[in-house]
This record gives sequence, structure tokens and C-alpha cells, in this order.
Amino acid sequence: MTTVAVKDLTLEFGAVRVLDQLNIDIPQGEFLVLLGASGCGKSTLLNCIAGLLDITEGEVHIGGRNVTWEEPSDRGIGMVFQSYALYPQMTVEGNLSFGLRNARMPKAEITERVQRAAEILQIGPLLKRKPAALSGGQRQRVAIGRALVRDVDVFLFDEPLSNLDAKLRADLRVELKLLHQRLKNTMIYVTHDQVEAMTLADRIAIMRGGVVQQIASPDEIYNRPSNKYVAGFIGSPSINFFEGRIEGTDSPRFASGGATFDLTGYQTAGAPLRPGEGWLGIRPEMVVTGPEAASQPFTTTCHVDLVEPMGADTLVWSHVAGAPFRFRMSGQARVTAGDDITIGFSPAEGSLFDKQTENRL
Amino acid sequence: MTSKSLIPNGPRPRRVITGRNIMLYGTLILVCLYYVLPLYVMVVTSLKGMPEIRMGNIFSPPVEVTFEPWVKAWSTACTGLNCDGLSRGFWNSIQILLPSVAVSIIVASVSGYFLANWKFRGAEVFFTILIFGAFIPYQVMIYPIVILLREAGLMGKLSGLVVVHTIFGMPILTLLFRNYFTSVPEELFKAARVDGAGFWGIYFRIMLPMSLPIFVVAMILQITGIWNDFLFGVIFTKPDIYPMTVQLNNIVNSVQGVKEYNVNMAATLLTGLVPLTIYFISGKLFVRGIASGAVKG
Amino acid sequence: MPRSKRPSGLLRNLNAKIAAIPMILIASVIFVGCTVWTVVHSFTKSRLLPKMDFVGLDQYERLWSTRRWLISIENLAIYGLCMLVLSLVIGFVLAALLDQKIRFENTFRSIILFPFALSFVVTGLVWQWILNPDFGIQFIVRNLGWESFTFDPLFNPEIVIFGVLIAGVWQGSGLIMVLMLAGLRGIDGEIWKASRIDGIPKWKTYLYVVIPMMRPVFITALVLIASGIVKVYDLIVAQTKGGPGIASEVPAKYVMDAMFSKQNLGQGFAASTMMLVSVLIILIPYAYLEFGGRRRDK
Repeated sequence: MTTVAVKDLTLEFGAVRVLDQLNIDIPQGEFLVLLGASGCGKSTLLNCIAGLLDITEGEVHIGGRNVTWEEPSDRGIGMVFQSYALYPQMTVEGNLSFGLRNARMPKAEITERVQRAAEILQIGPLLKRKPAALSGGQRQRVAIGRALVRDVDVFLFDEPLSNLDAKLRADLRVELKLLHQRLKNTMIYVTHDQVEAMTLADRIAIMRGGVVQQIASPDEIYNRPSNKYVAGFIGSPSINFFEGRIEGTDSPRFASGGATFDLTGYQTAGAPLRPGEGWLGIRPEMVVTGPEAASQPFTTTCHVDLVEPMGADTLVWSHVAGAPFRFRMSGQARVTAGDDITIGFSPAEGSLFDKQTENRL
Repeated sequence: MTSKSLIPNGPRPRRVITGRNIMLYGTLILVCLYYVLPLYVMVVTSLKGMPEIRMGNIFSPPVEVTFEPWVKAWSTACTGLNCDGLSRGFWNSIQILLPSVAVSIIVASVSGYFLANWKFRGAEVFFTILIFGAFIPYQVMIYPIVILLREAGLMGKLSGLVVVHTIFGMPILTLLFRNYFTSVPEELFKAARVDGAGFWGIYFRIMLPMSLPIFVVAMILQITGIWNDFLFGVIFTKPDIYPMTVQLNNIVNSVQGVKEYNVNMAATLLTGLVPLTIYFISGKLFVRGIASGAVKG
Repeated sequence: MPRSKRPSGLLRNLNAKIAAIPMILIASVIFVGCTVWTVVHSFTKSRLLPKMDFVGLDQYERLWSTRRWLISIENLAIYGLCMLVLSLVIGFVLAALLDQKIRFENTFRSIILFPFALSFVVTGLVWQWILNPDFGIQFIVRNLGWESFTFDPLFNPEIVIFGVLIAGVWQGSGLIMVLMLAGLRGIDGEIWKASRIDGIPKWKTYLYVVIPMMRPVFITALVLIASGIVKVYDLIVAQTKGGPGIASEVPAKYVMDAMFSKQNLGQGFAASTMMLVSVLIILIPYAYLEFGGRRRDK
């Protein structure tokens, strides 16, 4: 069952079209992550769903109701913000109960809900404190609690972890995932951090210029990006691109910079491959080094330009077929700049994009 | 030991008395004399008897301290119309001050809040007019306002003056509040809307408790501004409710009788006492008020 | 598709709209309406009461052939120019001195700023007393032995406006100092570090780096001083009553006298319109610099 549906949603600020004819259906209990670079419209979309921005055209449905013109508080949503947005002069308890008091809920029930949320988030001992006396992680917990007490089906998160330091961010990420597993609410989560997106999401919607580029599971997005932008956006270090030509129909090959990549076994997105200009994307993680390299469909020896040791693994900057090429090696690998090493990968596991449309072939 | 001190080691030796410091502090002290002297002259003059003033110079401290001039200035000095001193003006000013400060701050804070968080298309136009209005000489608007107040039956009444102070306090105060409320994170406002609070709910329960300092700043601005007002007091009130500044001017510049400089200075000091007290108590907030009001103006 | 009730445009956020009414009324009725009213009536021959009896530019012709008005304008020009220069120079120099990490900074600042808390009436009366030739500065200097010393600005039509100027600077320069100090504090500390490393003398850094960076503060100060100058009224009334004779008259006082004691409304309207024009001459370039410039940056 669908809980949140966005239909033909368009938003214009003056002459600028910020969101363009968006259509998204979110089933009950799904954790959807809106991912994109800053300015892509992801937060704007979230604000439209929340009713904090008036949309220009289209509809927003939540829980089967058309809420396009409803006030934010009547939409059955809870929202968590990047800056926490805790009311500074109220205690944690006051923050949690503010919405309920506005809704004129009986006192006993307010207390009960606040207690329950405090228990879930383990903020019971903090209830009498003011936000200023809390740490960043505690503040964000309270902010989540404020959404929790509303007892709603849909949670909206607007980059909730961006203001936290790296370690705390990782901890809270896990907690959020546990929370989702426990509550089974629908959650819509905006972030620009692809690690957050990959780890949390049931589905990721990648946005660019107010348009959704691809909406799919993290696995699908990573392995079968629907266009060149998505391929380049997801993955760190980012994917390597070769510019060249697809040749042959029965046993397709990709020719670029003097090298030829065998594409036998490539799973096309639709129509069979036809000769033409295109891009071949190879993820740094697909590259094999050492003795196994020779058994790969494509093998070459490359010159190491730069080495970035990262502990668990090592990033090597090099050139293949005249194009810059990065790949990942084990952290134990002993390479230094200037070495020549043999690498191999399977081009058919890569992604092919049309030169003109940049869509997946 | 002596050789060690020649090797640069540890903190660099500092001398307190350097040419630079003498110049710096000397200049500042001289400057401060210019600013303090009038205050000093006021005080000593107000504590002397008339014979002593006629003989000595205005800077010499009183030989014989008398509080007679203060008593006279407060309770029996003549303004040309009546002879009950500045006390009447003081109470008039208090009566003008309280409602004017309250009303102007309420109206301006709500307007500033509206502009920061709720403005509809075109609302900025009115704000721009307000800001430009701050620079229009009062003389340009004053006569039509007299007519409007007369039509409304408020001319010469206390309530009329309250309206005038509210009007002319609007530009600076609205700017002050708008800038402050704009600096409140927008997400806080959004969170409150998700929590179901409306225009007044957010104003009273989120914004107001957060912005007490800016209200204090606005109060300081308005108290000093309204207390010091002379022009509106003359135009919009009648002699029996003249504010203190107007009465002071009438006492000192009245042409009848012998000039009693000590009484005049006591009266002047009395009139300046309220803003001076506010100034020295509020210190940094006063500075913040005029700076924040002015820098963005 | 059955759509839920579309909130009507007028009723949405009704409370917010109600709350905006005072602002809208004040802006449109007072600041625009009253100003236009006065400008329109400056072309009539209103005397005791405003009348819509148009006489073209008669009032202005009369205004510019009145000696009192010409003196007012001349005074305003002298007072204004000196006030601008003195306030800016004194304000900036004092701010720079206070910005040298000195001790007792708060004390110095409090002393320099305190006159700003006082009204013009109080200011005028104090300086009237200090400049009193029989008791004040002139008397004291003569007592010190310089018998022929003469400094009686309030009784000498030639220099009376400078007597007012001393008081005006005393009252207002502290404000400019505070603005400048805030501006200096707003300058990135790394500028000073960089200039120390480059070995640039302090005064040069002020002149060629800091002052250009403080352009917005200077413009703000300029506009503030200028608008204060046009409004100067209380100070004159308290300190000189426009005298001796009409030697220290200013436009604001001319307007008030014409409107409220001479029953010559038309003259008052014409004179106040001239004041408005002079403010616009200051304000329009400022608005252009401030808002036109910002648009260019974007």
C-alpha cells in the first residue's frame, strides 16, 4: 500500500522551475532516501511533502488522503531537521510535547507518549534539560523524539546527521536503521552523503536539477546506474569513464584510446547493443590485481602515478587507454608511485552509456 | 644572568611607558575631557549659589554646596505659565513614555515578525517605504498628521502623542526586529509549523521567549528616544501635558525674571538623568541597539 | 479528482495579514500619503488653513527671495559640511585609537558615547551655558591673563553656527565612533596578520586597506549624519532660538515657525518640500549604491 504519493509535482519560484513534474510512490514502511548534490531540489521536495512550501502544480497524497492544501501539522508527518530546530527556551520535555499541546491532547496521553519516545531513544534522564545543555547527538535524538511522539506514519528527515561529527554520524546512522526496523514507519530521508544513502535506504532516488534521475535499490543504483550522471555521482572514488565506440553486433567490443574492451556477456538495459559512440564506466572496485589479473577478460599493465593509502585499502591513480584511471587495492598491497603493475577487469560488468543521451545501454 | 637576558628567550620584554602609549592615552584623555567637561560644568553649577556663580568661573568646584537649585528646579521653577517646577513635566513624560514604548514595540515586533516569516508577495514594498520614511524630515509629514489627529479627536491628547511616537518608531524598530527574527534559523519556524503552531502561537511561544535581548535593546532605544523628544511634544500636546524636555526649554529660555543659572543647570541635569541612567546601566546593550539599528539602516 | 477545499487566497494566514495592517497603514497613509499631501499643498496659497487654491511655484519664488530662508540654507550648508567632516574624522580616529587593544576601552567608549543619550535640548542648554561669554570659556581665558580673548559664538552672528556645531559634534560623534569601531572589529583579523608579515606600517594599512574595506560603514555613517543634519531643530531652539537675530536659523525651524506661529502654511509646505528634496539628493545615490550595487554583485 502506498503511504506517500507525489503526483506531477511542480514548483516554481518566479521563473525558476525548481521541481519539474515529479512522480514518486512510496509504499508503506519504505525507507526512501533522496540523494543529490546541493541545489538539486531534494530538500525542496521534502518541504513540499511536508507542506512547508506551497507547490505550483500537482498533488501530494499521504496515507491515501490528498493533503495538497493541508497545513503541515494536519498531514500526519513528523519532521527532523539538520540544525535540530529544538525550541531553545523549552526543556526537552517541552520540546517533545509542544506539538501535542498545540493539538490540545489530554495531559495524561501527552505524558505517556513523551515517556514512550524517551524510552525508545534513551533520553529519559534528559527530559528536564534545556537543549543548550545537550550534546549534538543528544539534540538530534530529541529532534527525532519530537517526530516520534506525534505517532505518525511518515517521518521526514532533512539531512539530520550533517551537523554531527563523523563518528557520531556513523553511530546515529545505525540507530536510525534500528529504529526503522522497529517502528516500520515510512521514512523519507534527504542527504547528500552517499554512504548514508547506501546504508539506510530501501530505495534511493537520485535527483538532479529538480528531476529524479533514477529511483531504485542501492544495489541497483550502484551496479546498474541508469545514466552517466548517476554512475558518476554514486561511488567513491568515482567511476572511471572511457570515451569511445561500440563496435560489432554479435560479439560487441568497445574501442577507446587504442585499446579494445570485450563486451561479450554485457546485459543491456533494453535493445541489443548497436555500433555507435558511447561511454564505458568501470568502477575502481572491479579491478583485480596480482596473479588473478591475467585471467580477466581485459588485462593491461599500467604505470602508477600516485598512491593514496587509506588503511583498509589503497587507492591507485593511473592511466589506462589514455584516460585517467583509479582503482582500489588491498591495504596490504605494497605499491609506490612509478611502479608498473598488471591489472585486469571484466568490461562486461561495467556500464555502457550512449554518447548523446548519456542513458544506460 | 646578564648575558642570558640578551639571548631572545621567553616572553619578549614589554615596557608599559612607551612613546606610543603616552601619545595614545594622552590623546584619549584629552578627548574625554571634551566629552566630560559639560557634564562636570552642569554638576558644579547646579550645586553653587547664584552669588558664587557671578563671581567665580564655571569650572571651579562649589565652595559651598547647596541643593537649593535642585529643589527649586524640581518644584517651584517657573515656565512662564505656571510655577510648579519640572516635576509636572517629569510625570507627564512618564505618562507619555510608558504607553508609547509599549505600543510602539508591540506593533513593530509583530511587523518585524511578519516580515521575517510570513510576508506575502509585495509586503516588502511597505517595508522599503518604512525604511525610506526614516529619512524623510518630520516637518514634511507633521502638518497632515496634525489634521489626521484632529479629525480623530486625538490632537493635544496623550493618546495622540502615543500614536505619533509609534509611527515614527516604526522604521528603526521594525528593521531591528525583522533582522533579528530573520536570523532565527528557519528550521525552527518550520518545526513549529509541523507541530501545529500558527501565527500567534509561534510568535508568543517560540519567538518571544527567544528574543528577550532584542526587546531590551528596543526598549532602551525607545525610552531614550521618546524621553528626549522635543518636537512632537511641542506640536502634539498642550501646555498642561508638555513633556519634560519642552518644560525644561521653557524654564531655561523663559525671558521673564533674572536668569538663575544654577537652577537651569539643575533642571537640565534632572531632564538628562533618565536617559543617562538607562545609558550607564545598559552599557553594551545600548551600544548594540544603536549599532544594529544603524549599521543596517 | 475531488480536491479538498482550496483555502482562499485572502483568508490564508489571515492572522498574519491582520498583523501586517498597522505597518501597511503607517507606510502608505503616513509616509507616502502625508508626504504627497504636503508636496501638493506647497503649490497652493494656503495661509491659516490648507486650501486647494493652486498658485504654481509662487510659494517657492517667495521662499527663495526670503532672507531668512537663505540664511537658513547657508547655515545648514556650513553646519552640515563641518558636521560631516568632523564626525567622520573624529569618529574614525577615535575608533582606531580605541581599537589598539588599550586598557579601559569600555570606560573611554562610555565617556565618548554618553552625550548621545542626552537630548538636543539638554545639549543645547549646556553649551549655551559653557559658551556664555560672561561666565564661560571666554571669561576664564580672560581671567588667565589673555584680556583681549574673544570667543562668544552665541552672541556673534558671524560665527554663531560654529557654536552650535561644537555642541552638535559633542552630542553626535560618539555614535559615529561606535559605528566605526564595530566596522573595525568586523574586519578579518587575518588582514592585520598579513600586513604585519608584509611589514606594512599601521597607518598605511588603515589608509589603503582598512578604510576601503569599511566603505559600507562609511556610507551608513554618512547617511546617518546627513539625515540628522537636515532634521536639526531642537538644538537650535534650545541653544540660540535662531539668534542672535536670525543668524542661526535652519530650514527645519523655518518650517515649524511658518506652520505653527506665523500662520503661513504655504511657506511651510514649500520649505519642507525643499527639505525633502535635499534628503532625496542624499538618499537616491545611497540607495543606488546600496541596492543597485548588490544586484550587480549577484
